[in-house]
Amino acid sequence: MSNTSVNPADIYGLARHYRFQWEEAQQCYVLLYPEGMVKLNGGAGEVIKRADGSKTVAEVVQQIEAAFPGVPDLQSDVMAMFELAVEKSWLEKRN
Amino acid sequence: MNQVANNGVAAFQTHTQPLWLLAEVTYRCPLHCAFCYNPTDYDKHTQNELTTEQWLQVLRDARKMGALQLGISGGEPLLRDDIEDLVAEAGQLGYYSNLITSGVGLTEKRIAEFKRGGLDHIQLSMHDITKEINNFITDTNTFALKHKVAAMIKGHGYPMVLNVVIHRYNIGHIKEILEMAEDLGADYVELANTQYYGWSLVNRSQLMPTKEQIDHAEKVTNEFRAKIGKKMQIYFVVPDYFSDRPKKCMNGWGEVFMIVTAEGTVLPCHSARVLPNMTFPDVKEHGLEWAWKDSPAFNKYRGDSWMKEPCRTCPEKEKDLGGCRCQAFLLSGDAESADPVCTLSPNHHIIEKAIEDAKNPQLQSQPIVFRTDKNSKRIIGGELKDRVEEFHALP
Repeated sequence: MSNTSVNPADIYGLARHYRFQWEEAQQCYVLLYPEGMVKLNGGAGEVIKRADGSKTVAEVVQQIEAAFPGVPDLQSDVMAMFELAVEKSWLEKRN
Repeated sequence: MNQVANNGVAAFQTHTQPLWLLAEVTYRCPLHCAFCYNPTDYDKHTQNELTTEQWLQVLRDARKMGALQLGISGGEPLLRDDIEDLVAEAGQLGYYSNLITSGVGLTEKRIAEFKRGGLDHIQLSMHDITKEINNFITDTNTFALKHKVAAMIKGHGYPMVLNVVIHRYNIGHIKEILEMAEDLGADYVELANTQYYGWSLVNRSQLMPTKEQIDHAEKVTNEFRAKIGKKMQIYFVVPDYFSDRPKKCMNGWGEVFMIVTAEGTVLPCHSARVLPNMTFPDVKEHGLEWAWKDSPAFNKYRGDSWMKEPCRTCPEKEKDLGGCRCQAFLLSGDAESADPVCTLSPNHHIIEKAIEDAKNPQLQSQPIVFRTDKNSKRIIGGELKDRVEEFHALP
């Protein structure tokens, strides 16, 4: 599906014109953009929340591993989430 | 992940909470577009618009219920002088807000105020690359103005969202329209093939392109998309009449979409007022919460228990929910029947005939009935019968 390749040293931030926010009524994070919105599941929300244009992908992985100790295969899940978010143009590369 | 969008993107939704609020704040409009989806009897609803305070209450109540995406539309919303107030309130409440405009009435002063208030984007309607067709189809002299407004939107750092309604007169210019959008720095372009409701249904034979033209337009769009990549998002919304399966209209009746009209009627879709034996709630009397959750109108077509054959036992019923109730009623006279655009509908011949009619030079050459107050009054008064008699309600 995707030719995007995300590297641990890459820095990603939210794409221009996108808004990311917690929605109390939906109990989830959402992405809002012209003509559309995406309700994010828990894992996706955790990744997008940290992709703030200041941390590398490797640092995001570390933070999530620290936040969810004992959960197996987090690194590959986070990488897959980055791939999807880049493919969907939710995130854009900043470095 | 649930993806919810109004542009043909797949949607999965299991519980009902309004996510989109469309505020049709006025039906007054300086343009007279032949394809306008507003009701042909809109002239009845131009004198009793909600007040600023009533709109602010609508915004607050809908947000409490979970609404996130706000469209401020019309008519031309900028004909009201309180859009700045609505925008500021929407910003405070955390909406992702969108002003849907023809551009007429947008000034440097107003756009700066919208920016300050937190308006997220502005969707500008464009019509063609030529002045002639722009001015013809809108029955106004607005071509130059639209380019000026596009530059103003860009200049204020807004995403440039262009909406181009596609019909017989501009479908041959898709490539040029997309090139124009690129030149204007558009981030999103919606090529919205005319759907036949409201004024566009009255003008169907005059506006409808051929299947070959649609296919070609889609091919040109795909080529352009491949060339331009992610720089510009292009939506090509395939028109119902030319697809063999019905759309999941509004992502389902009363599932995610809520419209409040200029005078305060709460609707699950733009044209629901054509449906018979329905009383739609008035926000002034009942409030939004009751309208959405409890009103008989919003519950009538939720889920699939209302369905008849062939929908009831159709393996695709959850995918499309039998299509559009308004289209079913307008064309067949039975709001609970399958949308006639479905090839499994016993009324599908009506769609085939409409497509044939659109090739009939005699029908094609009938004059367009432009969206004007005068024509609206004529239609309300029972004139122009030959243009509406085949439909089961005034479009």
